[in-house]
Amino acid sequence: MPPVITASQLRKNYGELCAVAGIDFEINRGECFGLLGPNGAGKTTTVKMLTCALPLSGGDITVEGLSVAKDPRGIKYLLGVCPQEMNLDPDFSVLKNLIVYSRYFDIPYAEAKGRAEELINRFHLHDKLDRPIEDLSGGLKKRLLMARALINKPRVLILDEPTTGLDPQSRRQIWEEVREMKKHGLTTLLTTHYIEEAELLCDRLVIIDAGKIVEQGTPRQLIEKHLEGKGSLEDVFLKLTGKHLRDE
Amino acid sequence: MNEARILRNISYRAWHMWRRNIDVSLVTWKTNVVPPLLEPVLYILAFGVGLGAYVQKISFDGRAYDYLTFLAPGMIAVGVMFHSIFETMYGAFIRLRYQKTFDAVITTPLSAEDILAGEILSGATKGLFAGTAILLIVTLFGLASYPSSLVILPLAALAGLMFASFGLLFAATAPYIDNLNLPIFLFINPMFLFSGTFFPLDGMPAWIRLAANILPLTHLVNITRAAAFGRLHAALLWDLLYIVVLTATMAYIAIRKMKTRLIK
Ligand SMILES: Nc1ncnc2c1ncn2[C@@H]1O[C@H](COP(=O)(O)OP(=O)(O)OP(=O)(O)O)[C@@H](O)[C@H]1O
Ligand SMILES: [Mg+2]
Repeated sequence: MPPVITASQLRKNYGELCAVAGIDFEINRGECFGLLGPNGAGKTTTVKMLTCALPLSGGDITVEGLSVAKDPRGIKYLLGVCPQEMNLDPDFSVLKNLIVYSRYFDIPYAEAKGRAEELINRFHLHDKLDRPIEDLSGGLKKRLLMARALINKPRVLILDEPTTGLDPQSRRQIWEEVREMKKHGLTTLLTTHYIEEAELLCDRLVIIDAGKIVEQGTPRQLIEKHLEGKGSLEDVFLKLTGKHLRDE
Repeated sequence: MNEARILRNISYRAWHMWRRNIDVSLVTWKTNVVPPLLEPVLYILAFGVGLGAYVQKISFDGRAYDYLTFLAPGMIAVGVMFHSIFETMYGAFIRLRYQKTFDAVITTPLSAEDILAGEILSGATKGLFAGTAILLIVTLFGLASYPSSLVILPLAALAGLMFASFGLLFAATAPYIDNLNLPIFLFINPMFLFSGTFFPLDGMPAWIRLAANILPLTHLVNITRAAAFGRLHAALLWDLLYIVVLTATMAYIAIRKMKTRLIK
């Protein structure tokens, strides 16, 4: 089976700064693929290029055979995107956020309403249905972002740091959801700093640092290779990316 | 980034963005509906009734009109301008910079061009709404003649597109929200005062008349006034042509410029 997503020699320069320096990866159908790296490694930049929100400086990404350069619209119909930065619509309530967002995908109102209500229940947002976004806690906002990402029944789910800033309960709930969706065969790209999270959820992962891939494989393989099977993925991560602070 | 590409990237999905902005206006409808209706009443009281008592008849196009009658069509044009230009100038700036609305929409099937065309459409809708509301008030005061005044409605929609495009361009070029004071000071206020809104341009020095004819509002005022007075004539097609050409040009420039801020 051909991979769902293929990135080849993907590059992004912001003026002088090279944020993504020619990376290659493939994501297979139904797998949860991790993109790990310290702050400023280029994870969000990669995600933005994949979601057609940022033009590439070089290379290409394809989703289901469509290229971001040639058919961004076609790709965007297939993706569900949960961004790192909160961008829910502050002018609308929780429910209306989902309804308005579904319109962007040409989903008819009756169907959108059904899906929105189902997602609101699934993500335990029913108490907040009519509340404005500013009334939600950080955890609820993340949950709503995740619900919003699923409203168009995406083929591929993109989660950019879905659990950052969440308490352990909310984090576990998001993990549960990701696992559940994997059971249903959804292909997922997940970026995170929580190595524990990657170890738990990801079938395969790449570690990037300063825009380059420094290692890739299954969590088990990486622990075997670098620590002879002893220790955690976090130790591998620190060994590969060093202990100094990033993006300062 | 060529012209063909920008045009080709605009689709029916622009209406989804339009609908989003209209929905916001409907949520806060009291602040969106009442001012366009109330403002012209204030103007009529202050300028028409108050100031008008001291102003003799104004001669325009070979006839004498009392001041209130002269002023009324100008207020319609000004209302269209303010409501459409501010919707994109401040509204789109806030959605871009503070609310991150466009960041969310750009990962859905809408293209940057769809989003921005939708912004211009919703700006124009606000202008059309304000123009219609003011025309209604003016009609109630018996200051508009029919059927020629009906021309004002499609004209307000067109001019709304033009001013919304200007507003979007200003939003696209301002680094900070305070920078938007500059186009207000240099462009909007001079237009408000010197487009034949409050007094005929005939008596002004030649250079002011020339400058006024570059300002887009002047041409809107010309047609609106002729329509309200029931005195439309063929030469006004030049004013219309000016508005059409400027609308197309500004919409293109504004979308092109704003696109570079939306997808960096
Ligand atoms: N719009 C931009 N203009 C200039 N530089 C940028 C821009 N966006 C990101 N960068 C830089 O590009 C690099 C990669 O940033 P990116 O946001 O992709 O990192 P990240 O891996 O997502 O980090 P984090 O874990 O902190 O979210 C960083 O050095 C960042 O400062
Ligand atoms: Mg990031």
